[in-house]
This record gives sequence, structure tokens and C-alpha cells, in this order.
Amino acid sequence: MSIAIEKGKCIGCGRCAEACPGNLLVVHDKKASIRDSRDCWGCTACVKACPVDAISFYLAAGLGGTGGRLYAKDKPDTLTWELHLPDGQVKGITVNKRQANAY
Amino acid sequence: MKTIEKQADVLIIGGGAAGCFAAITLAEEHPGLSVLLVDKAGIERSGCLAAGVNALNAYITPGHTPQDYVDYVAKDAAGIVREDLLLSMSEGLNEVTHKIERLGLVILKDEQGNYVPRGWRNIKINGENIKPILAHAVRLADHVTVVEHVDVVDLLKAEDGRVNGAWGIGVNDDAAYIFSAGAVICTTGGAAGLYRPNHPGAARHTMWYCPFNTGTGYAMGLRAGAEMTTFEMRFIALRCKDTIAPTGTLAQGVGAAQVNARGEKYQAKYGNTTSERLYAVVSENLAGRGPCALETHTITEEQEESLERAYLNMAPSQTMRWWETGLGPRTADVEVEGTEPYVVGGHTASGYWIDNGRATTVPGLFAAGDVAGGCPQKYVTGAFVEGRIAAQSAAAYARRHPQAQADAREAQKVLAHYFVRDGAEAENASLFTTDDLEEAMQQVMDENAGGITAGYRYTEHQLHMADQHIRRLANLSENLRASDGYGLMKIFELRERLLVCRVLIAHLLARRETRWHCFAENLDHPDVDPHFEEYVNSVYEHGEVRILYRPLVHAGKEAVR
Repeated sequence: MSIAIEKGKCIGCGRCAEACPGNLLVVHDKKASIRDSRDCWGCTACVKACPVDAISFYLAAGLGGTGGRLYAKDKPDTLTWELHLPDGQVKGITVNKRQANAY
Repeated sequence: MKTIEKQADVLIIGGGAAGCFAAITLAEEHPGLSVLLVDKAGIERSGCLAAGVNALNAYITPGHTPQDYVDYVAKDAAGIVREDLLLSMSEGLNEVTHKIERLGLVILKDEQGNYVPRGWRNIKINGENIKPILAHAVRLADHVTVVEHVDVVDLLKAEDGRVNGAWGIGVNDDAAYIFSAGAVICTTGGAAGLYRPNHPGAARHTMWYCPFNTGTGYAMGLRAGAEMTTFEMRFIALRCKDTIAPTGTLAQGVGAAQVNARGEKYQAKYGNTTSERLYAVVSENLAGRGPCALETHTITEEQEESLERAYLNMAPSQTMRWWETGLGPRTADVEVEGTEPYVVGGHTASGYWIDNGRATTVPGLFAAGDVAGGCPQKYVTGAFVEGRIAAQSAAAYARRHPQAQADAREAQKVLAHYFVRDGAEAENASLFTTDDLEEAMQQVMDENAGGITAGYRYTEHQLHMADQHIRRLANLSENLRASDGYGLMKIFELRERLLVCRVLIAHLLARRETRWHCFAENLDHPDVDPHFEEYVNSVYEHGEVRILYRPLVHAGKEAVR
């Protein structure tokens, strides 16, 4: 599992580098990059922290990935997950942070 | 290299569940003391709780007592637990749960305002943001200074032998950090990355435990002469195949049973302790009746939708896999597999040998959470309780031992060895990279010390072979050099893991029985031996691991020191 960073969208704010529990993200010349994509745990902390949707999470080929990208919009009361599938289809849910898990 | 010095009454190493709770406790209950909380990353998402947690798995529900929890855990671990530690942990579970709720964690309640149980000892929450909630409370706390992106490498000791500080390396600023304190609390978590993982290669960190918990606290304690316990009770999680997503939501949420490839429900044949549930899967696979799966094809469409939602919020890769492959849980049963083994005191009992106040055997050093031993299945809330207890003890100790400048000569010596200014010089210093040696270590442990490919089984002969290889790799690791803080951290993490591997191998050799299937599956001694109803402890002296056997401690009695 790892993340993809879209350089065109990245504003170099460094919030992802602050969030990564593995110190894996670095900002050079106002663009973020990952030191080694194999070292990503898949916690999605950076995906949630990115204010401009420049970071998405993808499933490794060996884990059944087909190229879908998962984005997150973290707001004070809600967390919205959006999976952009390679065929253009978008599936997603919004979780109310004030509600507990059903399971 | 720049040196930055900091002082406080209490130094906390590691800002995860236990460390943050220790800091909050000190700020609220001991406002006269200054606190330094140092973390390898940023505390908003560092440690095990980075992605959140899907339930609180240690809580005493109405109709049950803390002693019930102690009895359950002791049985699950076949008696090798510290009942005194388990009881003091269990007695604090509900109080810390109310505290984290006050700090902002959402817990499901019924109409009467009672927490809704998930089972008899756990409750339902929305835990995605549990770590930001903790971090926020720490940042608001008075007299707590948070130092982030600093990898603490080793403890510092005064001439009288007590711990009076620690040193580390700035991951981003490439500086040396020297911390001086009256008392030190170690909350660095357990050790992942010792064994070859489920997916070596592109997805090598797709694992159950936090891959950035590298056994730092164990290694620094061992080097400082602290006694450790029960490393041989390894933890191996049973997870959804490939994604390593949790299975509990399928098993408990929709009541999915485990079935083999013939559709047979096999669990009853093997027993129902944590290790037996894993052993069942391993045994069915070895017998040619695999793969094993959670039977989900019988669930309703509504249940499938709920599962997709639940997983997206706690382990998104599972939902992505369902959606991307088109094989949702109603279409295909969800296969399960065991992870690689970990050393982790929050699930099993590996870690520092401590007293009921969470003091280690080294004066001035306290331990809590996954790095502390003897108290399995503490989980998140148990780590909070231990952080709280350690904070009280460390506060009392710090009042008696005012902070004094720690001696940092040892730190400078180590840094002078591993740090070079020039990147090319660092690359040329060793034929092997840090990554090469890490992979070699994981292969040795996998094949010879009971990893995944060995079916978690080992012989004494294999363990001796593993020990020789680990010593060889430790020698090779001395040739590594780095020219920046991140590179130095990677070298130190490898060296920590190699030391933890050596101690783990010594513990596996010392328990000449099979008390827990898979967790310690000794092919030379395949049965339980009542002679081993005792703890296997160890100290690291003059470069060798010395094993000590200690009698079991029962509730209400203090451990022998």
C-alpha cells in the first residue's frame, strides 16, 4: 500500500510531512515527495492532512489493486472518503464524526 | 553536528497512547513538575493509533469486575501473566475511558446513557480521530513541552546508576539532542519488522503493527541493564488476507464463522484462545484444507453496505479491495491469514519487568504501554492506565531526584562513529545498505526462528543458527554510516531490532515447551511442561543475554526484585 502525490496540486505546505508517523514525507522546492513508497504503512494520515487533495492512497498490485485512488476530506464534523476507480466511477461515503461505528 | 540540550523534571520517550496519557496526567495532577514529551514523528498521528482504532477492547462492562478481566487474560495466556499488573490495569480501565470521552472521543451510548457493549469487555466508538484528540489535550497541557521528529536512541545514566536522561537524533534538523531529567518514562511501543512480513517488496509495510515501532525502548532498556520478561510470547495477529485488515468486525459484527475450503467449521477442534484461533488456521492450511476464510457470502445486502462503510473508515484497503476487484464479501468469503510475529507487550506479555508502580529494575526509569511486560491484552485503554500509573510513580521519584545535567559523552562517541558529512562517503562505507541488512535479518528470523514460511515453528538447532546469523548481521551493521538524521535513525532502528532478535531467540530457547501454539511453537518440545509455569526473564550483560527464571506472581503480591 502506498500513496501517490500529484505534484501539480501540491502547494508545499508540509502538513503531510508533519502527519506521517514514519517521517516518510519530505518537502523540497515546495513539493512533497515520499522517501520510499515501500515504507508506507497505509494509515492515510497524510491523505487526511492534505488541504488540496494532492495525496491519494492506492492498493498495491499484490493486494488486489487495479489503480483506484482514495481521497479523504477531513472536516471538523465529517470525514468523506472518495474512491476514484480507473473507469471514472467514483464511490464514496461521508462519516459523521459524532456517530460511533455500528460494529 | 549541532547539539540541542533540554531539561525537565520528567522525560517521556514516545508520544503514543501511553506517553500522551502520562503527559496529560502529569500536567493535571503534578502541575509543579516540568515535562518533556519526545516523539520520533508528530504526535497527531504517531504510533499504533495513526489510522485510529475501531473499538475500545478493554473495558469492564456492567455485571463484570476487574478480576474477571484478569482471569480471562491469565487463561488466554496459559498462566504466564503478572496478575498484580493485570489487576491494577483492569481497575483503572473505566476511569480512563471516561477521561478520553471527556477529551472528545465519541462512544456509542444507549437511551439510558450507558455505553453499548461490543462484547463483555469492549465498547463501540468512533475511533478514527483518537490520536488527534490525545495530541490536542497534550498541547493544551501546562508545563508540557513536546519535542517532535526526534528519534531517541539511548538512555543516559548518572554515576550512581540511575537513569537521568536520554539522547537522540533530529530526523529533520540532523541535530543531536541531549535530554536531562529527574525521572524517565519509556513509552516507545513494541517491535515490528523483526520477521519477514506477509508482503516483502512493494507492500512490505502493509502490516498489523506499526512498522515505525522498532523495539527502541526494549533496546535502550537492555543496554541500560534493565530486566525484561516473556519476549518468547510473540504476538501474531489473525487478519484478512493481503490487506491485513481486522477480522473482528466480520466475526463479531456480522457473526461470520471461520470455515475451511470444504466449508467445515473447524474452530471447536482447536480451542478458542487467541493463539489457538491462529493455530487452527495454520493447521487447516498445513493439512491441505485451506484456505481458511470468514463465511460472509450469507450476509444481507444491507450488511455488506455496512461492512464497506465500517472498513472504509478504519482499514480502507479492505473496502478498496472489495470495490476494485468486484469481489465483495457477499460474493466471496474473506480469506484470513496470520501476520509475521511481533514483540509487543500490549497484546502479549513481552517487555520490561516492572513493579506495580511501573518502575523498571533500573532506578529512575519507568515503563508503560506496549514496551512494558507481564500485562497482556491491555490494548489502548490499558496503555492509558499504565501511562497514568507510571506518571504518578515518576512524579514521586522526580521530586526526590532533581534534574541534573546528564553526561552526553557516550552519545557523542556513537554519533562520531555513525555520522559522516558526505553522502558519498556514507554510501561507500559499507558494502551493504541498512535495507540489505534489515531484509537479511527478517529472512533469518522467518526461516530459523519461526516466521510465516516456517509455519511459526522452530527447533533449537534452528534457533542456534538464527543466533549466529543475527550476531553476524549486528557486526556488519557497525560498518553502516549516514550523513543525515533520517539515515542515522534507520541505522539505529536496525541495530535495535537486531538486539531485540537476539534476546527473543534466547527467550525462545529458554522456554523448552510449547505453551502457546504459534506464539512459541517449539518442535523439540511440542507439549506444555508444568515445570515452565514460571517467567523467562533476561538481562543483557557484557554483550550476552543472561536468562533468569522467576516464579509466578499472583494477585496482591509484589514481584521479586
